[in-house]
Amino acid sequence: MHLVIIGNGIAGVSCAQTVRRLQPEARITLVSSESPHHFSRPALMYLYMGHMRWEDVKPHADWYWPENRLELVHYHATAIDVEKRLVHLAAGPPLAYDALLLATGATTRYADWPGQQLSGVQGLVSKADVELMAATTPGVQQAVVVGGGLIGVELAEMLHARRIPVTVLVRDAHYWGSVLPPEEAALVDAEFRRHGVLVQYRTELAELLGDEGGRVQAVRTSTGQELPAQWVGIATGVQPNLSLAQSAGLDTDRGVLVDELLQTSVPGIYAAGDCAQRRQPPPGEAAIEPLWYTGRMQGETVAHTICGQLTPYRRGPWFNSAKFFDLEYQTYGVVPPRPVEGQASFWWQPARGHCGLRLHYRLDDNLTLLGLNALGLRLRHAVCDGWLRQGVSVRHALEHLGEANFDPEFFPQHEEAVLAAFNQQNPTLLPLVLRRRKGLLTRLFST
Amino acid sequence: MTTISSFPAQPLAHPTPATAPAERSWLALVALGLLALLVTAAAPAGLRGPAFWLGIALLSAGTLGWSWWKFGQGPAGVRHNFLWARSSTARGAVAWMTGIVLTGFYVVLYWWPQYLENLIRPLDGLSQTLRHRPADQWFLYGTFYTLAVLLMGARALYKYRHSPYQRIRTGSVMFFQLGFSWLLPGLLLALQKPEFYFSYFWPLKYDYLFPGTVDYLVRDGRALGVFMVFWGAVMSLVATPVLTYFFGKRWYCSWVCGCGALAETAGDQYRHLSDKSRTAWRWEVRLIYPILGFIVLVTALLWLGAAGVLPGWFTSPHSSGLPLVDGVSPLEGLSKVYGFFIGSIFSGVIGVGAYPLMGARVWCRFGCPMAAYLGLLQKHFSRFRISTNGGQCISCGNCSNVCEMGIDVKQYAQRGEPIIRAACVGCGLCSTACPRGVLNLENGPREGRYQASPLISAESLRILE
Repeated sequence: MHLVIIGNGIAGVSCAQTVRRLQPEARITLVSSESPHHFSRPALMYLYMGHMRWEDVKPHADWYWPENRLELVHYHATAIDVEKRLVHLAAGPPLAYDALLLATGATTRYADWPGQQLSGVQGLVSKADVELMAATTPGVQQAVVVGGGLIGVELAEMLHARRIPVTVLVRDAHYWGSVLPPEEAALVDAEFRRHGVLVQYRTELAELLGDEGGRVQAVRTSTGQELPAQWVGIATGVQPNLSLAQSAGLDTDRGVLVDELLQTSVPGIYAAGDCAQRRQPPPGEAAIEPLWYTGRMQGETVAHTICGQLTPYRRGPWFNSAKFFDLEYQTYGVVPPRPVEGQASFWWQPARGHCGLRLHYRLDDNLTLLGLNALGLRLRHAVCDGWLRQGVSVRHALEHLGEANFDPEFFPQHEEAVLAAFNQQNPTLLPLVLRRRKGLLTRLFST
Repeated sequence: MTTISSFPAQPLAHPTPATAPAERSWLALVALGLLALLVTAAAPAGLRGPAFWLGIALLSAGTLGWSWWKFGQGPAGVRHNFLWARSSTARGAVAWMTGIVLTGFYVVLYWWPQYLENLIRPLDGLSQTLRHRPADQWFLYGTFYTLAVLLMGARALYKYRHSPYQRIRTGSVMFFQLGFSWLLPGLLLALQKPEFYFSYFWPLKYDYLFPGTVDYLVRDGRALGVFMVFWGAVMSLVATPVLTYFFGKRWYCSWVCGCGALAETAGDQYRHLSDKSRTAWRWEVRLIYPILGFIVLVTALLWLGAAGVLPGWFTSPHSSGLPLVDGVSPLEGLSKVYGFFIGSIFSGVIGVGAYPLMGARVWCRFGCPMAAYLGLLQKHFSRFRISTNGGQCISCGNCSNVCEMGIDVKQYAQRGEPIIRAACVGCGLCSTACPRGVLNLENGPREGRYQASPLISAESLRILE
């Protein structure tokens, strides 16, 4: 079997690795015009800030690919001949495939703003983006970042590291309003302020203004303000790279449409990662999941189907993580940004200290745990995942909170305080007793 | 567009921002301090004392002030901006110069100490107070070394103040360097006792279990000497396996050891320079275990020789005409060869001289027999591991970047596997630097120690063979 994978991001590479494991004799070719080797997309920011070099953000050394017989083609895939099962490249002979995976990723989404074509206006998705940013930010006096999500805060941190004053425009009333409840967003906002980054909420980009040379000079906001900016970062979301799929006649919508086996409308062609859109996602799950982790899981899953072990994509309880400047964030399961009928949320935050913990649960007899948010605290993924899969009560989770504590040694332990706060807020419930602490004593005395 | 076309050779973080006036002022104090010490080296007797102490004062004030300015103010967190872009920390011209100056200092210290006379003499007063004897080149070296650990330890405390683990660990290496490696040996000399370092053990301090040293300690130190021999033997042969079983080799390498103390403080800025490649790992294995084997063999032969079990040829002097070993017995020659090439050149000259180019743990990683011994225990007889957190790794590479021992940590993290490596000294920086809370140093039960997370289906492809 010859598997051709277009895209060497995490979805494509995870598929290649899994197929290599399942079918040691398969021929596997990865095609990418973005970079000769796979790299960690979330690490692009560290290149710009000088934490690491290009070779440091490659998850595998260069010998890894030939040693595992993963063929790399550093050309742009220009067209797919669905009839003849060929992938045409910008140079060289076309590649014949038995199975084809589209893992073409996504690109910055622009909302047709006037002036968005000006130089100095860009997003941050690809290797070319970070290189362009490095080339266009020196000498910039003021920058504006548009968008209150994860890439927005990354861009702000990158510019801040270069000591470029930056203003972030956020559409919602608080940070990442589509995901974070207000308490979490307030902690993120405090983090912005601690680092001297201005955030303007309820503000959108209206227009970009340039000079005669075609370089951006200012932005006009939806509130009518004009902010000087010689560089503008667009972080309002990404959109799947579709041109290859569309020109090949595959069914597309916002992304390449796939069934639960991640098969496209054409037999033998699959799609995974940021470019794939599930036709019928299970309730509560997004059709497009543009995330490192889901890209990895989709790549692993589709590899099984490609190798003949038909495996529907079931990702299990949601998880994600991020870092807002110095504030780490982890989330497990479902934590809605706004109150939901029949569900309740318990939020704990110390009077002093820059952290917080939320347990979200259903108001049923069991008080079933639905999700957790942690800021400035580290939780153990395996424990949270187990709780969510088993549908444990929020009471069980709190009483065994030490089990989920993944903070390093000597860090303050908050379990007692968290329980006390819960007991205080819920005087009608039977008081909780901490049954599982963190650390050595736990292991000695727990059953 | 040269930035783009020359990528990836050119780091993207260029140009680095201009140095702020305040930072320049603090660094100017450091430079003036170094200048004053240079003047001391050539100054007439009347000037050398004032110049020396002025130099030390400026150097200390400048280092402390700069550390505070750079890391002590503003929000606490991982601050690695421009690490790979600055000449001083990215193997640039400044790094090469620093390496050459450090190497040169060791060469002069070991083989031409007479040129350090002007730097040694101003320390006589301090030496008399502490040790009841005049200063020598080793007192100068020990004092500079301890000062470096304390000053750069303060920098590490500022830099990692958000992490209790790093704070306590840094405090620990500063305490052991000052107390156990500087004050206590000096005090022992003042009390007319043998100079002894209670924080160094065989096989790092290889001669502590040599028959000659044991004999000298017992004879010269009386009851205290017997205790010293007992302490050395128990620490090497009993406490080391037991402590390593419970805590991993970190109890020594990154909490107690003086070499580790300098690496974790003065060397912190160079930790990313350790080579993470498979080739480097192969050299590590090729060097460190034979060195351990060599010193174990030498020690065993010396004891056999002392017991009179070996043929007389081993223990009687021969005039071989060879440098270094002429006129000594083959056994003594072996220990001399080890002392010269491993004890002096590798651990001192190369070990510290290579800091700005290869990272601060060159000796610990490629040479130290104690690290090899602790590493074998840690790999095979320990509860210690670095756990990875389910599927949360994003392969960003920050963990590998900060690993001073050259472990490619992300290879394990991105496969959901715990990191159990003989080399790991447990400094905890991978855990501190991880932006997603993936890594955690844990002393867990031995069952399931190698168990990978089911939340990532790890590729079956091997990392090291």
